[in-house]
Amino acid sequence: MPDQLLFGMEVFLNGLMAGVLYALVALGFVLIYKASGIFNYAQGVMALFAAMTLVGIMNGQVPFAHLINAVFGLHVTNFGWTVPALLAIALTVVVMIGLAWMVQHFVMRHLVGQEPIILFMATIGLAYFLEGVADLMWGSEIKTLDVGLPQGINETIDRVTFDAFGYGFFIDNLDIVATVIAALLVIALVLFSQYTKQGRAMRAVADDHQAALSVGISLDFIWVLVWSVAGFVALVAGIMWGAKSGVQFSLSLIALKALPVLMLGGFTSIPGAIVGGLIIGVGEKMFEFLVGPMVGGATENWFAYVLALLFLVFRPQGLFGEKIIERV
Amino acid sequence: MSTQESYVTADGRTIGPTVMEMKNITLRFGGVKAITDISFDIREGEIRAIIGPNGAGKSSMLNVISGFYIPQEGEVWYKGHKRPPMKPYEVAQQGIARTFQNIALFEGMTVLDNVMTGRLNHMKTGMLAQAIWKGKAEAEEVENREKVEKIIDFLEIQHIRKTPVARLPYGLKKRVELARALAAEPSILLLDEPMAGMNVEEKEDMSRFILDVNDEFGTTIALIEHDMGVVMDLSDRVVVMDYGKKIGDGTPDEVRNNQDVIDAYLGVAHD
Repeated sequence: MPDQLLFGMEVFLNGLMAGVLYALVALGFVLIYKASGIFNYAQGVMALFAAMTLVGIMNGQVPFAHLINAVFGLHVTNFGWTVPALLAIALTVVVMIGLAWMVQHFVMRHLVGQEPIILFMATIGLAYFLEGVADLMWGSEIKTLDVGLPQGINETIDRVTFDAFGYGFFIDNLDIVATVIAALLVIALVLFSQYTKQGRAMRAVADDHQAALSVGISLDFIWVLVWSVAGFVALVAGIMWGAKSGVQFSLSLIALKALPVLMLGGFTSIPGAIVGGLIIGVGEKMFEFLVGPMVGGATENWFAYVLALLFLVFRPQGLFGEKIIERV
Repeated sequence: MSTQESYVTADGRTIGPTVMEMKNITLRFGGVKAITDISFDIREGEIRAIIGPNGAGKSSMLNVISGFYIPQEGEVWYKGHKRPPMKPYEVAQQGIARTFQNIALFEGMTVLDNVMTGRLNHMKTGMLAQAIWKGKAEAEEVENREKVEKIIDFLEIQHIRKTPVARLPYGLKKRVELARALAAEPSILLLDEPMAGMNVEEKEDMSRFILDVNDEFGTTIALIEHDMGVVMDLSDRVVVMDYGKKIGDGTPDEVRNNQDVIDAYLGVAHD
């Protein structure tokens, strides 16, 4: 096989892996949008916040250390212990559930029935607020996140492909783990929404608020639940991105990459988020590989957005979104 | 009026003691009075109708009963207890199920799933238990499914069990909504204009189902309707409202001969 083709295949596979991470972020958006019609601008920041909280807990950092030191004239920064990864993840989940409750209790509950744009603005406010809190709580320096996920080139794939084609594929172990975890997460979400009482209630709320109330579903509870699940998805996304490129504030910008994914997949479809993520991931890598050299490279920065723009023109509801039919 | 003694109707159904009593209910929207000082009761096992011309405040009254509106004055007594102000979902959890004038179904779900949501309050197994102890959750699901299938059979919607609700015609949607409310095994079933927008044949079907439901399950039914003919045939007792006030209350015959009712309602009937 010609080298160029093999290299193309490798790029394709890497694109798939990158797409999984996009899909993870997009998934968080879809969950909240489906259940409450809110486009949660803060989803990216939630991923950042989750990752920072996880690192902070693992390293035994004192939360709000700067603030405490400034107010009381102390010099505490660290509890002096480290927390095992699994326990720290569990604690972070608790924190994310607490965050979900606070978002619902202090912000969203007071905005029920408002225009979507108002709710959207509220989430923008939430994003900046949360970013500030994350900074104040855990500090702004870049941290490494190591929860014990395997990293680096997968030797087996490298060797097998080398033996077969005379060309070793470079696939990062972390990407493989991310793919497996994302798949498990999606399966778990589908099982949850199809087969549990709360899942059924969640789908009911997503469909019709009034009808949901009339069968005895508490909207408040379901929305806390949805924000908690979105927080959990944000944590998973935060762990993956954090392990890949360190926990830093630019992490919140990955939310922007989720936008074209959503436009492709549709804002209301979980499978759409997955497929959209994969298409964007593969698309931008392949485009860079095939067309990039002709136009001077750096196409990854804009490819996803142009693709999304094309979709907006020709299929505004996305691949899997609900068809927009306006009755007149 | 609110006697506690049970009696048997001419067609052999037993009407029990009062299950719900509205006492001097007044509901305002800003300066507009939607309901003014209305009292009436609903007795176990009866079909109780609230009628009146458009804008009489019937729907407001239904929304007060189901907790969607909280009245400024008056008391709601349910099963012998004064009911504190409640959220609609809490009222539903207490056993008051309802349908809506403009149909509120879960359009994206199948008929079966829609009716199953009516059982949510009867599912006790918690989220974690469902994840860990699959057997118990399954047994519960099977039990609920059996009840739901019975209702689906009863309302003759077996043939559309797996059809997404969005694809159904209007009359069938109304019936699915009735099935969902019935699945909750409610103490009181509230029907908001169950015959609105239906043709004669559909109206006859719906009337038959309402009577059968009441007869077969002994369900207490309170319904709102402005089709006088239908109401008179269906109900045991009728409350008549006009401009937010109660102008009549009694058996269909009593109401039919009430001069206020004739003036306010029948006198201006267009058909």
